[in-house]
Amino acid sequence: MTKATFGAKAPDTVKYNPSDVVDFVIVGSGAAGGILAKELSTNGFSVVVLEQGPYLRESDFSHDEIKVLQEDLLTNHPKLQPNTFRKTPKDKAKQQRTVLYGRAVGGTSNHFTANFWRFHEIDFIERSKIGPVAGSTLTDWPIKYADLEPYYTKVEWEVGVSGMAGASPFDPPRSKPYPMPPLPVKSSGVIFERAARKLGWNPFPAPMAILSQPRAGRSACVNCGFCLGFGCEVKAKSSSLASMIPIAEKSGKCEIRPNSYVHKIEMDEQGRATGAVYFDEKKNVHLQKAKAVILSANGAETPRLLLLSASSKFPNGLSNSSGLVGKNLMFNTGAVSVGVMDEPLNDYKGYAVSRVLHDFYELDASKVGFYGGGGLDARYDVTPIGFAFGGLPPGSPRWGKDYKALLAHNFTRSFEIFGHGTSLPVEDNSFSIDPDVKDAWGLPALRLTYKDHPDDVKLMHWLADRSNELLQAAGAKQHWTFPIDEQQFGVHLLGTCRMGNDPKSSVVNADHQSHDVKNLFLCDGSSLTTGGRGQPTMTIMALAFRAADRIRDLARRGALNA
Amino acid sequence: MSRTLAAAGATWTVANWPAVLAAAEHAHKVAEAPDSQKLEFLTPAEAKEVEAISACIIPSDGTPGAREAGVVYFIDRALVTFSVDDQKTYREGLPEIQNRLQHIFPTATLFSTATAEQQEAVLESLDEAGSKNPPRRPRANFMAGSAAQLFETIRAHTLAGFLIDPESDRKGNRGGVGWTVIGRLPEHGFQPPFGFYDKGYAGWQPASAAKESAKND
Repeated sequence: MTKATFGAKAPDTVKYNPSDVVDFVIVGSGAAGGILAKELSTNGFSVVVLEQGPYLRESDFSHDEIKVLQEDLLTNHPKLQPNTFRKTPKDKAKQQRTVLYGRAVGGTSNHFTANFWRFHEIDFIERSKIGPVAGSTLTDWPIKYADLEPYYTKVEWEVGVSGMAGASPFDPPRSKPYPMPPLPVKSSGVIFERAARKLGWNPFPAPMAILSQPRAGRSACVNCGFCLGFGCEVKAKSSSLASMIPIAEKSGKCEIRPNSYVHKIEMDEQGRATGAVYFDEKKNVHLQKAKAVILSANGAETPRLLLLSASSKFPNGLSNSSGLVGKNLMFNTGAVSVGVMDEPLNDYKGYAVSRVLHDFYELDASKVGFYGGGGLDARYDVTPIGFAFGGLPPGSPRWGKDYKALLAHNFTRSFEIFGHGTSLPVEDNSFSIDPDVKDAWGLPALRLTYKDHPDDVKLMHWLADRSNELLQAAGAKQHWTFPIDEQQFGVHLLGTCRMGNDPKSSVVNADHQSHDVKNLFLCDGSSLTTGGRGQPTMTIMALAFRAADRIRDLARRGALNA
Repeated sequence: MSRTLAAAGATWTVANWPAVLAAAEHAHKVAEAPDSQKLEFLTPAEAKEVEAISACIIPSDGTPGAREAGVVYFIDRALVTFSVDDQKTYREGLPEIQNRLQHIFPTATLFSTATAEQQEAVLESLDEAGSKNPPRRPRANFMAGSAAQLFETIRAHTLAGFLIDPESDRKGNRGGVGWTVIGRLPEHGFQPPFGFYDKGYAGWQPASAAKESAKND
């Protein structure tokens, strides 16, 4: 199929040979990789970004639900890269899809919802505040909110976040307002706002990584309605692809190399990383040499790559002296309730979320009987075919005249309340490599071991109860909650190479530097010591901006050559 | 505030109109390119049965159904593209459906010539999941795992073929009739107000101010 013309022309950019020793090779071009590439290249370093997926342009994006969702246009392919799942380390894993992540230049930031609130101060120091939680390895971060604040601001201004400062009484302090006003409210947002206020809660305009005004050569959101799960044709969604990659390429110092599937970090005798080994599109193997290696391959593939890089010197995998690579995985909890109103909302128009509330960010365990916290958002992220499959209330007909009539009535009148919350780190919850199943390149498949902490399940039910209260207050004529099951599938892939000061209980230090390999850095969802209350990409991006500063300073001091 | 935003959106649209238009035109041409009546996998006889089954799943009852949306051509195309693995399910399942029909109604011959009551009875007997299963949250790979059973497969294909982006090259949702039925407009972009409840929204205010203005209403 030929391509439409706009935005399709690839810019002329620098090319390196794999044998060139570049300053940095970055594995992954998503939320973190894109920012690191932009920051390091514009600081004068030579950078090669190896992305396992293709380099798609805005003109390759589509509203064809089969192409995008069923055929994984933007995401990992379960047939090429099978996953396996087991509940506990004692079980044998069975093949099933366990993760969904972006597999294209821009990574998961191409298709995310774009909810972009900052983590709160409590997220970084919660263990100190509340003490130990049985069955969890909950621990403080080595950095605090104040350390990250300037970088949250940087994300808002450089990547592009729309929002209203001061609208939430629970927001942490900020040094600057948002660069753009919130996106126009949706009917779901207005219903949510009115009902929440009736209940004495504090709804506020959702901070979204979507432009409400044209900015930096990118369009404002045109409210096309194919947002979550889809790539943005007008560059309004603040993906790495739309915001960071073009600047990195323009620096003349950065090559984005797509279809490059890294499967090993090369090491020398002195225990230093010397580059990344990857398959090209034709499955030929290359070594891209570099002075330092940065993994931003996401919370599943970064630990997998470290485990795949095991050698006689590092029998348990690279950077794994703690034994924690892949462990303490957190998915965040989520509970979805649906309401049907009397009049059409037409919430299919526009982006997903326009109102949020954080009244339940810190629940008092002595009152509710479990650890946790979270928030609610008003959203509609369901596309037409998706709605036909799963949008109707329980017990609805599945075909025929009555089914069709319900589709016709409910599609424009439905909306969702999404409860998003904490998930406790548990050491056994992990990504590892499967001993039997292989991917299409002959590499061991990604294996998930996961069982929600009991408090996580209680939190999901608690949040669903609040959602239903809200839907009741909103006058929804019908409302229900999707079944709350233990999770076996994740999109937020967090904590699997956690950041900390102690090499025995963490994988990277506060500079994202491996405790074991001084010129190896890990920066993506895997770095998060705790998972916040959902919607982690804002924090992943802030961490990436901060990591870039730290890595730049270390490199200039010569600390990476030792 | 919403007026400013609307203006901002309009500014971009105008500035980029030729490009947007070119892209939309291109998409339209692509959508028209496959011969909309040509069958690529199903025989004409099979197509007739598939169309009858899909028309039972989404009937034409005053508003367009699967038949008008050209779902059978979507399914035929699916069977040589993204659902090539389901060829066998169709080829071997269609005679089974006919057997089922004749088992229940010994005088009936083909599904496509059976009465509406007979057709519904057959599908009901095939719909093992019924309406008892709680709905799952719609997500990627909504068709995974359903391929084994012909009824589930045709149902999945019919829903998808009725509501697929009409500008795609999948031959479904012909003329956008599926979207018309569910009330989705075909435009690529929208301006607020979007629906009933955000019409006349005054803009976000702090809770205290909002209380004040509610009193004054």
